[in-house]
Amino acid sequence: MADVPVPELTGRPAHHQSWTAVLARPAGAIGAFLVLVVVVGGIIGPWVAPNDPFSVDGPSLAKPSLSFPMGTDALGRDAFSGVLHGLRTTLFVAGGVAAIVVVVGMSVGLAAGYRAGWLDQVLMRSTEFVQVLPRFFLAIVVIAMFGPGLRQLVLVLGLSSWPLLARVVRAETLSLREREFIEAARADGSSPLRIILRELLPNVVPSAVVVVGLLVAQVMLIEASLGFLGLGDPNVVSLGSLASEGQDFIRVAWWLAFFPGLAIVVAVLGLNLLADAVTGSLGGGR
Amino acid sequence: MRTTAVPEARRRAVLEVSDLTVEFETRAGRLRVVDGVDFEVAQGETLGVVGQSGAGKSVTMLAALGLLPSSARLVRGAARLEGVDLLQLRPKELRNVRGKDIGMVFQDPLTSMHPSFRVGDQIAEAIRLHDAGVSRAGARIRAIELLELVGVPFAARRWRDHPHQWSGGMRQRAMIAMAIANGPKLLVADESTTALDVTVQAQVLGVLRDVQRETGTAIVLITHDLGVIAEMADTVVVLHEGRAVESGTVGHVFASPRLPYTAGLLARGPSRSRLRPAAPRVDSGPVLEVRDLVTHFRSRSGRHSDVVHAVDGVSFDLHPGESLGVVGESGCGKSTLVRTIVRLLHPTSGTIRFEGRDITGLAGRDLREVRARLRIVFQDSFSALNPRRSVGDIVAEPLRTHGRHGAGGGGRVRELFEMVGLQPDLSGRYPHQLSGGQRQRVGIARALALEPKVLVLDEPVSSLDVPIQAQILELLERLQRDLGLAYVFVSHDLTVVRRICDRVAVMYVGRFVEVGDTATVYADPAHPYTRALLSAVPITSPAERGSGRRIVLVGDLPDPAAPPSGCRFHTRCWLAFDRCVVDEPTLQRIDAQRVCSCHLVSPIEAASIGESGFLP
Repeated sequence: MADVPVPELTGRPAHHQSWTAVLARPAGAIGAFLVLVVVVGGIIGPWVAPNDPFSVDGPSLAKPSLSFPMGTDALGRDAFSGVLHGLRTTLFVAGGVAAIVVVVGMSVGLAAGYRAGWLDQVLMRSTEFVQVLPRFFLAIVVIAMFGPGLRQLVLVLGLSSWPLLARVVRAETLSLREREFIEAARADGSSPLRIILRELLPNVVPSAVVVVGLLVAQVMLIEASLGFLGLGDPNVVSLGSLASEGQDFIRVAWWLAFFPGLAIVVAVLGLNLLADAVTGSLGGGR
Repeated sequence: MRTTAVPEARRRAVLEVSDLTVEFETRAGRLRVVDGVDFEVAQGETLGVVGQSGAGKSVTMLAALGLLPSSARLVRGAARLEGVDLLQLRPKELRNVRGKDIGMVFQDPLTSMHPSFRVGDQIAEAIRLHDAGVSRAGARIRAIELLELVGVPFAARRWRDHPHQWSGGMRQRAMIAMAIANGPKLLVADESTTALDVTVQAQVLGVLRDVQRETGTAIVLITHDLGVIAEMADTVVVLHEGRAVESGTVGHVFASPRLPYTAGLLARGPSRSRLRPAAPRVDSGPVLEVRDLVTHFRSRSGRHSDVVHAVDGVSFDLHPGESLGVVGESGCGKSTLVRTIVRLLHPTSGTIRFEGRDITGLAGRDLREVRARLRIVFQDSFSALNPRRSVGDIVAEPLRTHGRHGAGGGGRVRELFEMVGLQPDLSGRYPHQLSGGQRQRVGIARALALEPKVLVLDEPVSSLDVPIQAQILELLERLQRDLGLAYVFVSHDLTVVRRICDRVAVMYVGRFVEVGDTATVYADPAHPYTRALLSAVPITSPAERGSGRRIVLVGDLPDPAAPPSGCRFHTRCWLAFDRCVVDEPTLQRIDAQRVCSCHLVSPIEAASIGESGFLP
């Protein structure tokens, strides 16, 4: 046809282009790299870790060396193995919380935004109720009542973290539902569920990714803080508890607090950078 | 030619642009968007800069005024305002020129004005910005004078309003007032009337003409609308892909375009007036019958809970293979009407019968079944396509919804793409990777997927360039012929309706005021509103200027939340008399082809009125 030619037709699907756009930013590339390090370390860590983090393997308070890359603690336990296992704990909590947040937050946000009316009112009031709960203290209370354990930690953090995602998704949905492609889908005879899943969801995902990334970073910090305060499960290695134990020896063995702390910084900073880059690449692309 | 044009000897160039060249840095490399453009405009004259979207019109003017975005680079060229090259000025000097010697009026007055300051204060600020000696009170008085000059009624009272309280036409007047506040030598109007209805466009163009007569300013009109050029300009520059392909006096360019590109632009311009032959009569009865349709909204504007009478008693029949045009100003209820017909909105009362079946109250499976054959095409092809799905997927969606996307689904999508003139290999693309015309074809393919009987088209070509409009209209005509479709075609563009529709219905504040055969209505409009609407259509050639046929309506469309008493048009009708204020006229048959609601138009003898009062 003699239509006006469109320049730069690459024919590549749009989402590929947006991921390249994220990685093209310095923040995106660095963030993605840091997150990758944390994820890979957390997944394969226990297998590659040279030692059991609870077993005594060497001299007490040995400096970082080839055999103990991050040194040893007062009992002669390998700190490197501890950090690798700690990353896995962090990852487990973060992943579990993210799964709960995505399921609850997306459902509430999409339903409230698309249906509006009384359902919106009910869901948003409930969201506000959950939002005003102080997450950290709630976690402390739950641990105090039910004892330390990763499962109850994931549950309490997950069930108290979704309101932000729900609100963002609802706001996106409210602006999208006025667009004509939603009307077009209704005119097709699509059911509301189909419209939500096939028309709205793909458009909401980018901003949801950003929010979930930031939420997960906060959750990692909370998990580490609980560990630091000694509220973690004593049978599971946590970066926070490692840092806390290392704190007692900070003058004689700096490495004990430094490496777990560094791992926390890497994980949280990586997620924040990545989320920032995704936000930035969305700004121009839509 | 207009008589105000100054003789050649005394012409004094206000703005001279020479060899202007601008490049954009893109990921794909440098893109030259303006390439060696020259033009000039003299005092008291109007220059029209015309071209399709993407031709470089706006960038040319932005470059000339030193307003280029940071991604653009000025390669070379000069823009002399009374001999001073604007492109050599320092930013501070340039700021003194802009707003003082040069006034600008943009397309969208709502985004160009600050939403939280009073209109009058914004104009006063423009005055004080360039002349600190003016007192606050003095600037305010001057602002009110300016508002009066541009024809804002009750300016002494209404300057206190905020922009959102004004209509589009009024806001555009305020922008003009702001632009001329400091007596500029040059006024740049970038698509200033594009977003306005024809009736309001005529008012605003009149204001620009008056301002020019009063102040002798030079005007640069940037537009894609050749009608506006024919109406207003003394000289014309035609831009195509960044080059000035043609320039000269408006009479010359219109009468004998040198280049095929210009000739094409002109030929497909507003003068396309090919009248359709009447559709063959089919005696199977109407496919769509709408009776006394009413759609009211409750508007939630603050304290008031007004009822908006968007559609307020509309009836018509649509026969197979026929097209009915619905025309009217924006806000008259056209879009609400079509959305109610396809049941995207719930009617307050009235009935809609489709293929003989009452669909007004249908729901669930029954409604979905009807929706396969009663389809809608939207105006904004960008907004109407999901940006995150490929266009092939979008066209297949109705097939999936209706369980007809089986093994042969891909073949059907391919067939639909070919039917609307799209390469099937485009189906993997995403909407933003297609042009506006291609996107609208995708929208039409989606509507055709389920073999509809009736297509409701809501301003299907309004967002497209004129040559692309012509292609889409050709496509719609071909599809109608091949598939026997019936169209309800909504448009504010009367020339488009004339081309594509057998019958036309003129809508005003929720009601039809005249319905009839297109040829008859256009040749001899009966209702005063139809006459005003038709006369506001921009002329097609400069030779028609000042032929005195123009009726410029005063004011804006009444608020549909509080429609006027009696005849709804009486507030703007120049023929209104006492009875019109109290007594509402009904639609009555006035000749074999037409019904009309006006006290001044006498119906034909009651005996010959058909039972239903509707056209066959």
